[in-house]
Amino acid sequence: MLLTFIIGGAICVFTQLLIDLTKLTPARILVFTVCLGVFLGGVGLYEPLFKLAGAGVSVPLIGFGGAIAKGVAEAIDAEGAIGILKGPFEACAAGCSAALVFGYITALIFRGKPKRL
Amino acid sequence: MERASGYKARVKRTSPRSRILKNSIMAFISGGTICLIGELIARLFIRLGVEKSNAYILATVNLILLSAILTGFGVYDKIARHAGAGTLVPVTGFANAVVSPAIDTKSEGLILGVGAKVFTVAGPVILYGVLSGTVYGVIYYVTNLFMG
Repeated sequence: MLLTFIIGGAICVFTQLLIDLTKLTPARILVFTVCLGVFLGGVGLYEPLFKLAGAGVSVPLIGFGGAIAKGVAEAIDAEGAIGILKGPFEACAAGCSAALVFGYITALIFRGKPKRL
Repeated sequence: MERASGYKARVKRTSPRSRILKNSIMAFISGGTICLIGELIARLFIRLGVEKSNAYILATVNLILLSAILTGFGVYDKIARHAGAGTLVPVTGFANAVVSPAIDTKSEGLILGVGAKVFTVAGPVILYGVLSGTVYGVIYYVTNLFMG
């Protein structure tokens, strides 16, 4: 639990420093974080980190990337080359569907006001 | 003397370095807290008999739901103003980036308004996630072909 807090917090500090020192926009940060997650999954660092920190790495978008890498590897092991294309979406299906469905329902219920992003 | 030191303190307080330190501390606390909430939700599901990997997926889904509701009430953006990357990088920030433009473009219609703008940030994230996933998949497949 302590490691969850520390590692999760540290990932956020790392990206906060990226924002403050490089002026990357939030959207670029999110894209970068997902790709970093896939990379960590690819080189085999994501799983040990996940065992150590649980939600500390699965909740930041690194977890999204880590899940994609894991899903791709599992799909290829199970079905061969077609897994290259099936894997990425299978792995992030729940998160994507949830964000889209809840996003849509929220948009139907609430009225918007101008915002930045 | 008093005034001079007060001025110095004020300069120091607003100087970039101290701002960066303050932002980092806020990001650490808020980001860590969100992850901790996710961990608690995951452990609750595990206790209810859900398999481990699914429990963490359910934790993510619940955080997304929570973030969507908070975004709808305009609370999430208020927290995010202070928390910076601490509320951006966790999946709640991703959900906020999906929900927020969806609400704002409701007046443009449900198809090309909400339907299209819901992907303003989710689109790039999913695209580059899937893209890097396929690149990794090709590497993984080819190395397995020759090694295994």
